[in-house]
Amino acid sequence: MTGKRVTFAGTWLAALLIAPQLLLVFTFFYWPAGEALYWSFTLEPPFGGENQWVGWQNFKTVFDDPLYWNSVRISITFALASTALAMGMALLLALFVDRQLPGHKAYRFVYFWPYAVAAPAVGLAFRFIFAPDAGFVSALNQWYPGLWNPARDGIDAVILITLANAWSMIAYNFIFFLAGLQSIPRSLTEAAAMDGSGVLRRMADIQFPLLAPTFFFLVVINLTDSFVNSFGIVDITTAGGPARATDLMVYKIYSDGFKGKDYSLAAAQSLVLMLLVVSLTFIQFRFVERRVHYS
Amino acid sequence: MVERTPILNILTHLILITGLVMLLVPLWIVFVASTHDFRTVNTVPMPLWPGNRMIENYTLAWNQGGFGPKMLNSFIVAVGVTAGKIAIAAISAYSIVYFKYRFRSLFFWLIFVTLMLPLEVRIVPTYAVAANVLRPYQELLDASGLGALLSTLMGIKVSLPEWSMLNSYTGLILPLIATATGTFLYRQFYLTVPDELAEAAKMDGAGPLRFFWDVLLPLSRTNMAALATIMFVYSWNQYLWPLLIITDIANYGTAVMQLQRIVPGPLFGEPPRWHIAMAGTLMVMTPPLLVVIFMQRWFVRGLVQTDK
Repeated sequence: MTGKRVTFAGTWLAALLIAPQLLLVFTFFYWPAGEALYWSFTLEPPFGGENQWVGWQNFKTVFDDPLYWNSVRISITFALASTALAMGMALLLALFVDRQLPGHKAYRFVYFWPYAVAAPAVGLAFRFIFAPDAGFVSALNQWYPGLWNPARDGIDAVILITLANAWSMIAYNFIFFLAGLQSIPRSLTEAAAMDGSGVLRRMADIQFPLLAPTFFFLVVINLTDSFVNSFGIVDITTAGGPARATDLMVYKIYSDGFKGKDYSLAAAQSLVLMLLVVSLTFIQFRFVERRVHYS
Repeated sequence: MVERTPILNILTHLILITGLVMLLVPLWIVFVASTHDFRTVNTVPMPLWPGNRMIENYTLAWNQGGFGPKMLNSFIVAVGVTAGKIAIAAISAYSIVYFKYRFRSLFFWLIFVTLMLPLEVRIVPTYAVAANVLRPYQELLDASGLGALLSTLMGIKVSLPEWSMLNSYTGLILPLIATATGTFLYRQFYLTVPDELAEAAKMDGAGPLRFFWDVLLPLSRTNMAALATIMFVYSWNQYLWPLLIITDIANYGTAVMQLQRIVPGPLFGEPPRWHIAMAGTLMVMTPPLLVVIFMQRWFVRGLVQTDK
C-alpha cells in the first residue's frame, strides 16, 4: 500500500481512530459470516442444547432439494435477463447522449432519476402497471382474455420482476457508461471522423471497444446486484409466487430462515450465495487490475 | 461533431426520447393513478391524464399509512447512517493513511473485504447478533478462557449484559454504518493531499487531531457531499433490514417498510385501492428523488469515484 511520507506519531491515537469501524465490522460482518459457516455444518437439536456437528449434511439436504435448484435456475435467468436488458438499454442511451446534440443535458438529467427509487417502490409501481385487472398492461387481457396474469402465470411473474429490476438498474449503468465515454480522448474520435468514418462506425469501432473495461465491470456489478439485492422487488410484487415461480435465492434464504425458522438450511444457502458473490468480486478485482494496466 | 447528419440526428432524438419515455412512464403512471378516484383507477385502461382527487388521496394515504411518524423515522435513520458512515470513513482512513503501524494494511483489507459480505448473505446470523449484540464478545471471553481466568481471579462469573438492538434506532443505524466504499473513497482522497500540508502543519505545531479537523476535513468537503448523497439514498431505501428487526412498527417503522402494508390486492382481502397505494409510493420515493435531482453533480461524482 502506498503510504504517506509524512506521518504522525501516536499508535494509540491511530488505534482509537480505527477501532470503531473494526468493532462494527467484526460484530456485524465477520462474526455473522463465521456463524453462518458454523450453522451450515451443524444442526440444532429439537430439544435444545448445543448444536451438533453434522458435516455436509445441510448442504446435501439443500442440494437434494429440487426446490433449491428451481430457485437457482430462476435466479440465474433473472440475473442474466435483467443485466442484459439494463446494460443494453443504458449503453444505447449513453452512446447517443454522448453525441452531445442540443438537449443532451436534459436527457441526461432525467436518466439518473430511477436510481433514487427504492426497490420495493419500484416493485409496487410495476405491480400496479402490470396488474392483470387494473393499470395498463391489463388492456392486453381485454383484447385476448387471460393473456397476461403475473398472479397466476409463472412466466409472466418472472417477466414482471425482470422488467422492474432492469428499470431500476438502467440509471446506474448509464452513469458509468457515460463516464467511460467521456474519458475517451476526443482527439481519437475526431481523427476517425476526419478519416471519414461516420457516427455509427465510430461507435462500433472506437467507442464501444474502448468501453470494454467499463462494460465488464458493469456486468459483474449487475449480476451481483441481481443475485443479492432483488429482495425488495420480489417481496412486494410476487412474494416468491405464483407456485415459487419467482422464488429467488435471496428470497428463499429469507423464507427458510425467518418463516421456516430453519437456521441451518438458511445458513447453508447463504454460504452458497456468499461464494457466488465472492467469486464474482474476485473476477472484478482481477479485471480492475487489468484496467490499471491499460491506462 | 464535424459532419452534418440530419437523419441520424432525428434518429438520435427518437432513441433518446424513447429512453425518456421508458424511464419516466412508470413514475408518471404512479402519479396519475394517485390523482384519481377508486373507480377511475380501476378502469382498464387507466386514463393517462391526472384527475382531480390528488389532495384527498394524499391526505388519506398520509393518515392511513401513518406516514408522518414513518417519514420522520426514515429521516432520522437516513441522516444517522449517512453521518455515521462519513464520520467513520474519515477517521478510519485517516488512521490508515497518516499513521505508521504494523497492521494498517491488514485493517484496511479487513474493512474492504466486507464488500463481499452484503447483508443479504448473512441476514439470519446478523439478526441473531442484533438480538444480543454483546454475545460475540461473551462467547469470545468464554472460548478464550479469559472469562474463566477472570472468574477464578476475582471470584465472580463475568457475564456481559444482554443488549438487544431489535426495535430501536440504534439497531436501524449502527449495523449499517460500517462502510468499505466510504473508507476507500477517503483513503484515495487523503493520498492525493500533498505531503507539504501535513509537514507545514507539523512545523506550526499542530497535532494530528488539529490537522485532521482544521485542514483535512474542510478539504474533503466535496468528498463529503458526494458520499452524503449516495449514502442518504442508500439508507433511506433500506428495506430488508428494517423489516427484520422492527416489529414495533407503530414506533420504529420506516417509510419504505410501510410499502409492504399498503400493497392492495387479493392477498389482503380488500378492494384494490391502487390510488391510495400509488399516493403512498410516490410519497416514499420523493425524498431520495429530490436529493438525486438537486445534488446531481455530487451524486454522480460520488457514485463514479467509489466504483462501488
